[in-house]
Amino acid sequence: MKTTYREAVRSALRDALLADSRVFLMGEDVGRYGGSYACSRGLLEEFGPERIRDTPLSESTFLGAGIGAALGGMRPIVEVMTVNFSMLALDQVVNNAAALRHMSGGQVSVPLVVRMASGGGRQLAAQHSHSLEVWYAHVPGIKVLAPATVADARGMLLAALKEPDPVFIFEHAMLYPLEGELDEAAGDPDITRAAIRRPGRDVSLITYGGSLGKCLTAANQLSSEGVEAEVIDLRSLRPLDMPTVLESVAHTHRALVVDEGWRTCSLAGEISAQIMEGGFFDLDAPVARVCSAEVPMPYAGHLEQAALPQPEKIVASVREMFDRHG
Amino acid sequence: MPSEPATAVIEAQSMAAERRHALGLLRDMILIRRFEEKSAELYTLGKIHGFLHLYIGEEAVAVGALHALSADDAIVATYREHGHALVRGIPAGAVMAEMYGKANGCSRGRGGSMHLFDVSRRFYGGNAIVGGGLPIAVGLALADKLQHRRRVTACLFGDGAVAEGEFHESLNLAALWKLPVLFLCENNGYAMGTAIERHQSRTDIHAKAAGYGIPAEVVDGMDVLAVERAARQAVDAVHGGEPYFLEARTYRFRAHSMYDAELYRTKAEVEQWKKRDPITSFVVWLRERQWLGDHDLAEIESSVAAEVVAAVSFAEAGPWEPVEDLTKDVYTPVPS
Repeated sequence: MKTTYREAVRSALRDALLADSRVFLMGEDVGRYGGSYACSRGLLEEFGPERIRDTPLSESTFLGAGIGAALGGMRPIVEVMTVNFSMLALDQVVNNAAALRHMSGGQVSVPLVVRMASGGGRQLAAQHSHSLEVWYAHVPGIKVLAPATVADARGMLLAALKEPDPVFIFEHAMLYPLEGELDEAAGDPDITRAAIRRPGRDVSLITYGGSLGKCLTAANQLSSEGVEAEVIDLRSLRPLDMPTVLESVAHTHRALVVDEGWRTCSLAGEISAQIMEGGFFDLDAPVARVCSAEVPMPYAGHLEQAALPQPEKIVASVREMFDRHG
Repeated sequence: MPSEPATAVIEAQSMAAERRHALGLLRDMILIRRFEEKSAELYTLGKIHGFLHLYIGEEAVAVGALHALSADDAIVATYREHGHALVRGIPAGAVMAEMYGKANGCSRGRGGSMHLFDVSRRFYGGNAIVGGGLPIAVGLALADKLQHRRRVTACLFGDGAVAEGEFHESLNLAALWKLPVLFLCENNGYAMGTAIERHQSRTDIHAKAAGYGIPAEVVDGMDVLAVERAARQAVDAVHGGEPYFLEARTYRFRAHSMYDAELYRTKAEVEQWKKRDPITSFVVWLRERQWLGDHDLAEIESSVAAEVVAAVSFAEAGPWEPVEDLTKDVYTPVPS
């Protein structure tokens, strides 16, 4: 059936609540308001206030309470309104969610799922628009997912709930209205593997989340110029599925990483380093990166668009790769 | 109605039980004291590394409060938690081995002094981020409430935590959602080296709970019986379906950690508090009631000494975790 990314998230939440009485949702405005991106609309009416819990604006404490509830046998889903707000809860993420298992010598698991919106493109300026996934992907002890398709928006959430350890899901806010095909009967997807969204022979475009569509647009443009790009959707940002990336680079011999995070110390930097370590002799050109400009996100629409990765920049970067290095 | 002699027998029996209980409290306090004195010695000998925060002087709080809890109740503690771990029943050997960093430690050598865990005893760790344990306690209590279990989560923290945002957020959330949390502030007057007058605009900590509608009480943290009595009332109140806040006023006799030169307080102040040593004053009280003779005290001291010696032997004999297992227990193994 055809549906939206937002509805796919909602259907996963609803099915999870129906399937397991230990599952509950908490976060800012998830109940009466219906979720700031409307992902939980109607769930309060269906499941009641015990399981759809509006929280005070206390990110650190409601995320930490999610950890405690997971330790106590529940399967909490915590929604943080936007990635910039999650910075207030990083203490709980790094010092507890990620560390408790190891620090206790393996005595506990923390089966917690945290969802949040990330990314720019809506003129929300410097405190609501960033892609800080890499901050999370840096931390051992947690898993980090970035669903880029309607099917993954649903499937990854359901799969995350079966994980014994904390999973952080980043939903790019521009994707919520995205339409796509959804097979509700599909089983849980493999959340450890990257996906080839478009096969190609000449260059590997490696991306995730909100930049997938831009890469596919760029790939179509490149195709009209005779360059066939392979588009890889990483899906999981921790762990990274490097075998899939390296396999692609082994036959395309060129790699461009497209990442909405800031360039310095970015995921793109990490992936680039791993390609160097594992695929150096396959490369016909240095690995290239298209990332966001090094600026807190500006409000004005033209400036914001200039700060973000765009299909034209991707196309230009690939052209340069061929011009310079044949 | 029982006959007079029968009443006398019951009274005698209950008196004997009370005495046994009181001697148990004394032994627990002495165990913490001697265990930590030994730990400090082992630290200077290079057997224990990292940070070592001693609880000496504050023993009455852990002993009184934890005796009010049941085995089903949960504890979330701070980085100054050797005493709480011992009172909770984590074997002294497993605690000592953890401080050695050995694989037979209660956290397999991954935690050290600041992160003692024993989930089988519902001891959810020493947390070394000041205030960071409060949200976890709120969540454990939420899980109990959602699963209709009649349990208490006791959350310990110091006066320093009161300045953290997580303190206020957690009190608010526990009160708002009526969660079974016993907030237990061990107010030793210092946030590390900063005196409470220098870090709080209002130093009456338990009064802050009133701002969240949480019933609160302050108790003399140097008096083990007073702490136990207050903690029992607190546990009853929590069973009634809402959080409770207990502030125990106490004092740390030793430095904050082994690196602390104690420039922020006077020797005279420390000596003044030592006159109220919780162990010495409880011994006096027990002697006045004729519940403790020289022989009884010697027996406690020698059994504690033997326990500490055995704990050290257990730690010394323990194996080191193989380096090949370095990255074990970062993620939960999933059966393939």
